[in-house]
Amino acid sequence: MQNNIAITPELVAQHGLKPDEYQRILDLIGREPTLTELGIFSAMWNEHCSYKSSRLHLKGLPTKAPWVIQGPGENAGVIDIGDGLACVFKMESHNHPSYIEGQMGFHTRYDGNILVNAMAVGIAKADEIFYAKATGVGNPIVYLGSKTGRDGIHGATMASAAFDDAAEEKRPTVQVGDPFAEKLLLEACLELMQTGAVIAIQDMGAAGLTSSAVEMGAKGDLGIELDLDKVPCRETGMTAYEMMLSESQERMLMVLQPGKEKEAEAIFIKWGLDFAIIGKTTDTLRFVIKQHGEVMADLPIKELGDQAPLYDRPFVETPKRPEIDPKSVTPPMGNANAIVKLIGSPDFASKRWVWEQYDHLILGNTVQSPGGDAAVVRVGEGPRGLALTSDVTPRYCEADPFEGGKQAVAEAYRNIVAVGGTPRAITDNLNFGNPERPDYMGQLVYCIRGLGEACKALDFPVVSGNVSLYNETNGRGILPTPTVGGVGTVEDVSKTTTLAFKAEGEFILLIGVTKGWLGSSAWLATIAGREEGAPPPVDLEAERKHGAFISSLIQDGHATACHDLSDGGLAIALAEMALAGNMGAKIDKLPEGLPNHAALFGEDQGRYLVTVKDQAMAAIILKRASSAGVPALMLGKTGGQELTLPGESPISLERLKKAHEDWLPSYMTGEI
Amino acid sequence: MKARVTVTLKNGVLDPQGKAIEGALKSFGLEGIESVRQGKIFDIELISSDPAEAETLLKAAAEKLLANMVVENYRIEILG
Amino acid sequence: MKSAVITFPGSNREGDVIRALHQASGVEPLKIWHQDHELPQGTDLVVLPGGFSYGDYLRCGAIASRSPVMDAVRSHATKGGLVLGICNGFQILVESGLLPGVLMRNAGLKFICKMQHLKVCRANTPFTSAYKKNQIIKVAIAHGEGNYIADDDTIAMLEDGNRIAFRYCDAEGDTEKGNPNGSINSIAGIYSKKLNVLGMMPHPENLIEALVGGTDGRGLFASITAYKGAA
Repeated sequence: MQNNIAITPELVAQHGLKPDEYQRILDLIGREPTLTELGIFSAMWNEHCSYKSSRLHLKGLPTKAPWVIQGPGENAGVIDIGDGLACVFKMESHNHPSYIEGQMGFHTRYDGNILVNAMAVGIAKADEIFYAKATGVGNPIVYLGSKTGRDGIHGATMASAAFDDAAEEKRPTVQVGDPFAEKLLLEACLELMQTGAVIAIQDMGAAGLTSSAVEMGAKGDLGIELDLDKVPCRETGMTAYEMMLSESQERMLMVLQPGKEKEAEAIFIKWGLDFAIIGKTTDTLRFVIKQHGEVMADLPIKELGDQAPLYDRPFVETPKRPEIDPKSVTPPMGNANAIVKLIGSPDFASKRWVWEQYDHLILGNTVQSPGGDAAVVRVGEGPRGLALTSDVTPRYCEADPFEGGKQAVAEAYRNIVAVGGTPRAITDNLNFGNPERPDYMGQLVYCIRGLGEACKALDFPVVSGNVSLYNETNGRGILPTPTVGGVGTVEDVSKTTTLAFKAEGEFILLIGVTKGWLGSSAWLATIAGREEGAPPPVDLEAERKHGAFISSLIQDGHATACHDLSDGGLAIALAEMALAGNMGAKIDKLPEGLPNHAALFGEDQGRYLVTVKDQAMAAIILKRASSAGVPALMLGKTGGQELTLPGESPISLERLKKAHEDWLPSYMTGEI
Repeated sequence: MKARVTVTLKNGVLDPQGKAIEGALKSFGLEGIESVRQGKIFDIELISSDPAEAETLLKAAAEKLLANMVVENYRIEILG
Repeated sequence: MKSAVITFPGSNREGDVIRALHQASGVEPLKIWHQDHELPQGTDLVVLPGGFSYGDYLRCGAIASRSPVMDAVRSHATKGGLVLGICNGFQILVESGLLPGVLMRNAGLKFICKMQHLKVCRANTPFTSAYKKNQIIKVAIAHGEGNYIADDDTIAMLEDGNRIAFRYCDAEGDTEKGNPNGSINSIAGIYSKKLNVLGMMPHPENLIEALVGGTDGRGLFASITAYKGAA
């Protein structure tokens, strides 16, 4: 493959660049790019790296708070969690666009696009955080980790006529992750950081070497010069183009303190990893790539990022749906049976089958395991801890992207409050369809606005995130899915609460307003078979007030159990608390003025259930709520092995448990 | 010189993976499959071109590491 | 008590067992790199911690069991020194021949992480003196290959020699129930003939604090400390 071939319109199109974007390249560099340069531009200016469709709208998100150490734009967000410690976190996606599905060939049972969002949370000393920004001229740039292969180089580009006869052998492979290599890389990097040798570090993710090197240079106002002959390769005969676009995993790029190279190399050899000095920082502000002594690319480094296209794509607002009057819906089945059906439906069935396949007990700091509102992990020897959750209700986001976006943040907020944490910051993963379609673009725009409004009102800034667009199956976009990963701090992990009913005869209180909101509810969809209606609006002021009230109850040690209400409403929340505690409840009273199905399954926001130990405490709490202006209602008492609701036949815990636990394992073995 | 070492489970050792594969194949309606036992194949390039020497070397490799002799058998093929 | 915790590439529960040993003995264990050829002078206990050494490639524990340090571990064991292999450490012990049998893929073919009840089969060993015979304890499991298999003669030798350390069971102590991985006779851990080497799949080191799941794992580390203290 020649580096200096003629750049045809076809070649430009195969690189995912529009004619006007190519013109922008020509204007920027004043000549025709080489093939390697074209590849570099395509990598830097694609949606994933440049956020060209979302950037304009992401700007509206709040990113600051006194506890934010690092907001979006770095490898991960960083917040202060006290005692000189910081929490570092980020969500990433590994979604499978529909065009890959056929090739992967594993979709015999699932139709639809699989979204994989993973959130990583770490702890660091607040004064020992490393960033991507390079400093100093002439400092060594070091390549670390696994070797570079032809992984993940874009299919259309690879198959292009620009390749020589060997192209068939070089068919792109999907990048294969190697957790073992990742673990070694992690250990080696941490060990190296202890030596004081690291100036800057950046992982090679999408567009690997290209974006990592450009980011380090551009952030530090420095040029970067790379000699590709030094890059450790897994395959022979790799071209500059291939090396710059490879997405091989488990690789890092670092700028080291000069003179520390030997010390660094020894650490990497100890861990059996590749270590190579592949370039240096310069004062030219150019991104220069050399191979076999020839210059393969020479581009202005700042402009590669700063001058990326920015689109204000046309969008339309999703039409508002009518509200559903609960009295207008006739329940197709009794409420007790509906609870059992819902708790055993895909949305509410126990996900134990999933989380038991992941090690959630390692490190011996897991105070609250999966299955609750938020996980709680102790930090070191305590007493501090972190509360972690992720949430979104795509059904709401589709019905009303703005309210759905607000709701995703509000629910993450409530999850953290319910375990006794103080919500601090979020990371988000915006999974949407094709932004070139105004309806899908509208979903993205309004979801972001909703997220932003809720984050502002709840003092819950966005410190990192990821955008994944063009997710569709057979031309139909996925449900808009702005996943929100929330992090909260816990002052003392011994004072957190779980959702499980704890003891017989405790009093159950409902906090918040119940209007019986059935629009876009799980009950309406699953039981009544109607996917319609406006989703519940989120009153952010009430969220804040109710959240503060719950926090004070937990801090004062008054709440013996706490659970936030979300989809499925009051009925599902009660069932979940009963199942977690293996203890029933007798409910005497429901919110007034509503038919039972609306009181039980309405999805009004801003609500929690708490239990307190006795009647005297319940009276104190009701008084406290009243003076704080927080609606509170005593529902009944815990006890027995049945869940009994007013006017409904009792439901045995055994029946609930069977429905709850059996669905997913049976589904996975193909029994249902 | 190229060689192949094949490692298989000894007869009688329970093979949960093989059982699962067998079940999957049968569920595809592939009639006539009696049972499936899974194993591992190692393709090895040797410096030496002497078959006897290769045999000795590969035997050592198989017994020292490639196979767990408690539950596995191995077979050596010189591919030339 | 002087303990050495061996670290392999891919070990990940070394910190957990170090914390448990420190809590029980008041002494910080030493971390030993797998490439070392010797154990520190006066080592009482060697621990092979959990993890996924060498990515569980080839067979779990297979490559780690051929590490340079394993010769030193073997000679420590031969001299009667205590060796504790947990999870991946147990897999390394059977691969290195220090304990009989093998650990195969779980019968359900899935990695499984959950709280698990165990029956303590005997209390008169260096590892279990703080427990009572047939005591039911709750600890964590987290493994994909914990299905203990051996031929009939080996199983008979272990059973007759009273060398089963722990069996999986349900909350009531029924070993017929609650076997999470298909192990023969619900075996969760076994001793060497001289009772100085213990290999077990479950993680007692993750159950040492009331706030984090419970304290049923403490007994194992208390037993070792008491044994070495008395010696």
